[in-house]
Order: sequence, then structure tokens, then C-alpha cells
Amino acid sequence: MGKKAKMIINGKRLDGRSLEDFRPITVEVGVLKSAEGSAVFKFGDTYALAAVYGPRTMHPRHLQDPQRAILRCRYSMAPFSTNERVRPGVNRRSVEISKVLNEALSNVVFFEDYPKTGIDVFVEILQADASTRCAGLNAAALALVEAGVPIKDLISSCSVGKVDGEIVLDIGGDEDEFGEVDMATATIGNEDKFVLLQVDGIITKEDFFKLLDLARKGCAEIYERQKNAFKEKYKAGEIDVES
Amino acid sequence: MLKASENYVRKLIDEGMRIDERKFDEYRTISVETNVIKKAEGSARVLIGNSNVLVGVKMSVGEPFPDTPNEGVLIVNAELVPVASPTFDPGPPDETAIEMARIVDRGIRESKCIDLEKLCMEEDKKVWIVNVDIHVLDHDGNLIDASALAAIAALLTANIPKYEDEKIVYGEYEGKIPIRDVPIAVTIAKISNKLLIDTNLEEENALDARITIATNEKEEICAIQKGGVGFFTTDEIKQAADLSIKKGKELRQLVK
Repeated sequence: MGKKAKMIINGKRLDGRSLEDFRPITVEVGVLKSAEGSAVFKFGDTYALAAVYGPRTMHPRHLQDPQRAILRCRYSMAPFSTNERVRPGVNRRSVEISKVLNEALSNVVFFEDYPKTGIDVFVEILQADASTRCAGLNAAALALVEAGVPIKDLISSCSVGKVDGEIVLDIGGDEDEFGEVDMATATIGNEDKFVLLQVDGIITKEDFFKLLDLARKGCAEIYERQKNAFKEKYKAGEIDVES
Repeated sequence: MLKASENYVRKLIDEGMRIDERKFDEYRTISVETNVIKKAEGSARVLIGNSNVLVGVKMSVGEPFPDTPNEGVLIVNAELVPVASPTFDPGPPDETAIEMARIVDRGIRESKCIDLEKLCMEEDKKVWIVNVDIHVLDHDGNLIDASALAAIAALLTANIPKYEDEKIVYGEYEGKIPIRDVPIAVTIAKISNKLLIDTNLEEENALDARITIATNEKEEICAIQKGGVGFFTTDEIKQAADLSIKKGKELRQLVK
């Protein structure tokens, strides 16, 4: 696969999007039966599924904290999620992403409400087309709510970047591989509080500041989409909330 | 082991002070020593205060990645060996070590400071692999900056061994690893809503969040990683970016 000659022509991207457009977003909560909470979040072809188990008794026991709950987060890519098969199991990339997702989510969980317990968040990337950690984090935040874990607010995440010299929202597909800069971000709800920030690629300070501003806008939009997913699901009279 | 409690560290910082009386934007004494390990193709030891990190560069020969058939390969690994801290256990790298190695890796990789194309021996088949191994020997905080500085210092001195009859001839060299930039990582910590650099062990214990920003010689940003629970506002991130560029320039003088 060679580098695409031009990824942005007349302000349109390869898939026809404008610079500050998301790919089609799909949000769904409560998609699994076994998990206490679950959610799907898709950016175009990027497909993340998150499940939450707990709060439940923490095992192994010596990891219990008598004062608070422990959050564990595991990010994993399905073997068939990319062109070249992903070897199952943990790798260095997944360990790092699990860590930063855990740290992001830890900003909003009321840990003191459930001493001695563990809350497990599992993020499965079923199809990867860039921005997988962002989709996974959005799904994880929704799954926590669906599980009834008390949180201060949602975590809302999106990617931004620089492609063909332009500042763009929601890096997708070839833009990840051939773009200049790729930045994953997340904020607490729509507030000016960044809990995830990872940048790869050379960028001037001025352009980086532009990326930050666009990321704020993007995360705020994601926040609305996340809230709407719950409103849709729990429309008065349409579903028995107790079941 | 800790000489000051979390609360004491925070209280001092609230009053604009640090336990070792430094300014918020002041590093501890830094020393860089290169060529400390003869058997390695490149090496450096960096001391930041009492933190002590040794980096060795070893060259090997192997296959390129399928998506970059004409480029050498960079591999960065970090070992938090038990000599360095009572909190480091023997065994394979944990998430802290893996994250640290990946932060150092990205600063080097994204700055494109190694001319990897010059490390190709036979397209698609044979390339030089640059193994950057970070060995933390003493942990008194800010291991990320110390490791990143030691890594680039070691790379700047690293040689390519002679390669004859499909074998590496150790101790004989054919030239230097081609380095065309000097990326520097600066980690900014947030404690009690203040930003400061070069946290020592006691300060790291009180840390809310950190952000590591690697910058290149042109004062561009090449990699960022936010870590720790806690958040940064846009304004704080902008201040951190300014600080990382300013301090990066100072640190770069130590290895050039």
C-alpha cells in the first residue's frame, strides 16, 4: 500500500467528510445480557464494545482496598479486527492503552461507595479503523453508567489530527497511517478537563493549540451523543426500567 | 522511605515551595556521561538528582516490518530493576515500565531523529535493529525525563558494528548510527493545581497528573503523553507546552 497522493481535496476528505465532521457515529447501551453494563460505540468502521462487571468482591483478595473500590480496565483488539491479524493476548500497546483508559475513567468513579470491591471494565475492539481507544473509552463510560456504577459525569473522547496540512476531527482509515499528526483526547463531560491526551507526530505549538480547541468541540459533541443514547433507550413508557 | 508525606508536599506547593527548595521550573542537577559500557554499541548514564538511569544501545540484524521494508527497526525497552527501588519487583516489565518505554520510544520515533532508511541492508529482507535498553538503577522520581535523555545521549554516541559473512563483528565499527535531530522529553507534573517539573519521589507520591512533551530542535512538538489520574485544562496544557520547549532547549545542550 503506497501513500495516497492527496488525502484532502477542496476541503473534502477521502470519505467525503468535511474537515470538522465525524464519521457516522453509532451508540447503543445495554447490548449484552451477562454484563451488568454494556455499550457499543462506533466511529464509522471502528467498532468498540465495552462491558462492565461489578462492583463485585475483589479477587485476588490481597488486592482489596478496605476504603474504596478498585477499577481494572482491559483494552483488547479482536484478532480479525485489522487487515493483518492481531495476535490474541496482551501486548505492549494494549497494556499502555488499558492504563491510560483506566486513568481517564478513574476521574469520575465514586470509589468510596464500594469498599473492598473490584469494578472490571472490558473493552473489545471488534473492528479497527483508527481512533479505537477513543471509541473504546466512550463505550466504557456508557457501560459504567448502564451498570449503575455511581459516576460524577461521563468521559467523552474523540481524536483530532493533522492530515495534508489541515487540522481535522476524527482520524479515520488511511488518515491514521499517512497523516502527519494523530491526537487522542478525552474530557470529563463537556468540561475543559482533559483526562486523556496522546499525540504522535511533529507539530508546531500553534497548530497543537488549534488541535486542542477542536478536540474540546469534538468531545462536547460526543457527550451529547452519549446522553442521547440513554434518553433514547429509557424513553418514558417505552421500556420497563426495572426489568 | 519517603522523607515527606503527601500532605506536607502539597502544603508546601500551595505556598509556592518545594521540599528541596527548588523553583517550580527548576531541574535538579543533571549529569550525562556517555560511553560507559564498552560492550554496548552506544551507552549513556544520566543522573537527575539521585535518579540514575543507564541506557545501552545494542545493534542486531533482522527483518524489517512489512509496512516499512526499507527501514531499520527501533525497539525501546525499559527495565525497572529491583536494585532501583523497594517498590520494583523482579519479573517482566509491568505497565509502568511498558508505558515509560513507549513514551521514550515515541519521542525518538515521531521526531524521526534516526535516519532508519540508512539502516536498511537488503530491502524486505535484512535491516539493522536498534535496541535501546533502559535500565533504571536508582529511582528518585522523574524517570521518564532521565530515560529519554539517556536514550538520545546513547544513540548520539552509538556505532554500527562491522558485518561480515552474515555475522556481526563486535568491537569493530563501520560508522555511526545516523542521527539528524535531538528530541528532548520534559515531564510537567500537576500537584495541588500547580504545574512543576522534575518531580522527586516524594512529589511523585503526591502527583495528580503528569504530561510528557517531547520537542525537537526546531522547537516543534513530536509526542505527548498525559499520565496519572487527574486532568489538565487547555490553559494548563498550553503552559506545559511552553515550558517543555523552554526546558527542552536547556536539556539539549547537555547531550550535544
